[in-house]
Amino acid sequence: MVTLSDLPSQSSRERTPPTALEQKLRRKARINAVIRYSLLTVIGLVMIYPLIWLVGASFKTNSEMFSSPGFWPSEPTLQGYIDGWQTSTPYTFGRFFLNSMWIIIPKTIGTAISCTLVAYGFARFEFPGKKILFATVIATLLLPNVVTRIPQYLLFRDIGWLDSFLPLWVPSALAGDAFFVFMVIQFLRAIPRDMEEAARVDGANTLQTLIFIVVPLLMPAIISVCLFQFMWTMNDFLGPLIYISSVEKYPVSLALKLSIDTTEAFAWNQILAMSVLTLAPSLTVFFLAQKYFIEGISTGGVKG
Amino acid sequence: MAELQLKSVEKTYGNGFKAVHGIDLEVEEGEFMVLVGPSGCAKSTTLRMIAGLETITGGEVQIGSQVVNDLVPGKRGIAMVFQNYALYPHMKVRRNLSFGLRLKRQPKDQIESATTDVSGILEIEALLDRLPKQLSGGQAQRVALGRALIKQPEVFLFDEPLSNLDAKLRASMRVRITDLHKRLREEGRPATVVYVTHDQVEAMTMGDRICVMKDGHIMQVADPATLYERPANAFVGGFIGMPEMNLVPAVLTREDGVPQLTTGGQTIAVPDGLAHRISTPEGAVTLGMRPQHLELTEAEAPGAFTAEIVNLEFMGHEVNLHARLGDAVIVAVVPSEELDRNLARGDRVGLRPLGPRIHLFDSETGRNVSLAQGN
Repeated sequence: MVTLSDLPSQSSRERTPPTALEQKLRRKARINAVIRYSLLTVIGLVMIYPLIWLVGASFKTNSEMFSSPGFWPSEPTLQGYIDGWQTSTPYTFGRFFLNSMWIIIPKTIGTAISCTLVAYGFARFEFPGKKILFATVIATLLLPNVVTRIPQYLLFRDIGWLDSFLPLWVPSALAGDAFFVFMVIQFLRAIPRDMEEAARVDGANTLQTLIFIVVPLLMPAIISVCLFQFMWTMNDFLGPLIYISSVEKYPVSLALKLSIDTTEAFAWNQILAMSVLTLAPSLTVFFLAQKYFIEGISTGGVKG
Repeated sequence: MAELQLKSVEKTYGNGFKAVHGIDLEVEEGEFMVLVGPSGCAKSTTLRMIAGLETITGGEVQIGSQVVNDLVPGKRGIAMVFQNYALYPHMKVRRNLSFGLRLKRQPKDQIESATTDVSGILEIEALLDRLPKQLSGGQAQRVALGRALIKQPEVFLFDEPLSNLDAKLRASMRVRITDLHKRLREEGRPATVVYVTHDQVEAMTMGDRICVMKDGHIMQVADPATLYERPANAFVGGFIGMPEMNLVPAVLTREDGVPQLTTGGQTIAVPDGLAHRISTPEGAVTLGMRPQHLELTEAEAPGAFTAEIVNLEFMGHEVNLHARLGDAVIVAVVPSEELDRNLARGDRVGLRPLGPRIHLFDSETGRNVSLAQGN
């Protein structure tokens, strides 16, 4: 395929009139670009349309919802948000958001700390049994989640953690998510050891080296871990469904389902309004972290 | 400042590979010791063992009066400059410099004055508020040097610190480091330095003494002049000096008590200045002749090997003359004026070894057999 960069760029510098071949190539490239961008725009719109419709429909009345196919509400109203926030339970939706945060915040912070520690251990130190332990970590990565649900449930029942937030965040906060450990290890392997050695020569012990040197270098990876953990936990439905039984402890993912269960005629506008609110934290966090998430590691300290 | 001693230090890796074979080395207080050798000679491993970044699997490393084998790097009283600078990329230069002092919880005003002091010496005051990625190679290396200097260590360790710089900068940094070493000595706080390099020019110009290594063994430890004039073996002879020493197989014979050398089918009498130094009777030897110690003469001249010119490299004030002698090609450095004689490829010329500067090495062990006293 001919792209814009394929064009002979010297021609303009040498200020010679473009030849017929150059003109042909340039026209071809322009047509190509138009086709390519039109296609991308159309596909992009198709993909984002459900989201646009969701936001638009959340401002519609319940009766308008299925009567008009467009996403733009004819009589925009906030009623869906107001009613949805009140919920059909004694609690407002704010309560469910708070519940979600009680799971997400310790889980995300715990994951960041524990995964960094474990990954640092695996990536930088030699210790007996390292290979077997690492193989175990990778093995749990390959294990389908569902397989461990029942034994885990029995375990937490015996500990007496049912209907509490603990089973939802404690395993992850103890580096239970092999995927994140693996991700940080891979990132750490790409960072040269020289800076850590320099820190050790400067008199830093292992923990100081980790905190002052390794963690700042690992920041993009750690932020990615936090971001994934935040979004996945926010969206987690099965976990809370299994472990949480009282409505006052429901996180938002369960609370959304609640509105479908309890009313006979579903108030779709309320459900959609609350879905929009539920999406908001994940989107906000993603856009805030985007810079670090995308930014690779800056290797200014090392050359060669 | 303190002296540094290595006593039969060994390094064997987990897979059984022995990198360092029991080396003994003594670096005096305030001495600039250069470890030099081809890549893979374990010079960096040795340095890292002194630093504590590699475990020592045998022998002892002693800094001052203390055996440091089991001390962590931070407690050994050393500072190290790395090949790729290893500056902390997320810290500004100022914090890079003071990181070690801050870890030691030194008072702020002391850290401040030490930073000012060191940045003054290295002329990096203007860079203090920059990040490492905003520095050029030379600047980064100066900061790395400053980070070592600020700690006022017992021993400075340099791990090929200049090999990432371009040739011009390397030359100026070389001078800067040796000047700094002299300056510290004059100020009464001499710095003991161990400097690893693979570049013999750096080694010769910077070192008080040089330790030449090969395959985890020390070949010779001596000051630059001795290393050049009296190499202990063929390896040192070949490694030190530019262009390389010509090492050609030869046979030493004695006819009526007069020692003679045969190589490439030509026999000459052993030149004056060499004969009395030879400590081997007869047999196969390696003849070591530096290009600078071959005198251009007429072909078939007495005491000279006759060789056929295969190449002439004009270097300005001198010419590198490559000539075929038997199966070997030897190099001679001759003054440019010799070109007036219209030398050309294919010409036959005589090359006369200058007796006092020529060496004979044992053909098997490589040991220099022409070091007997009396020269």
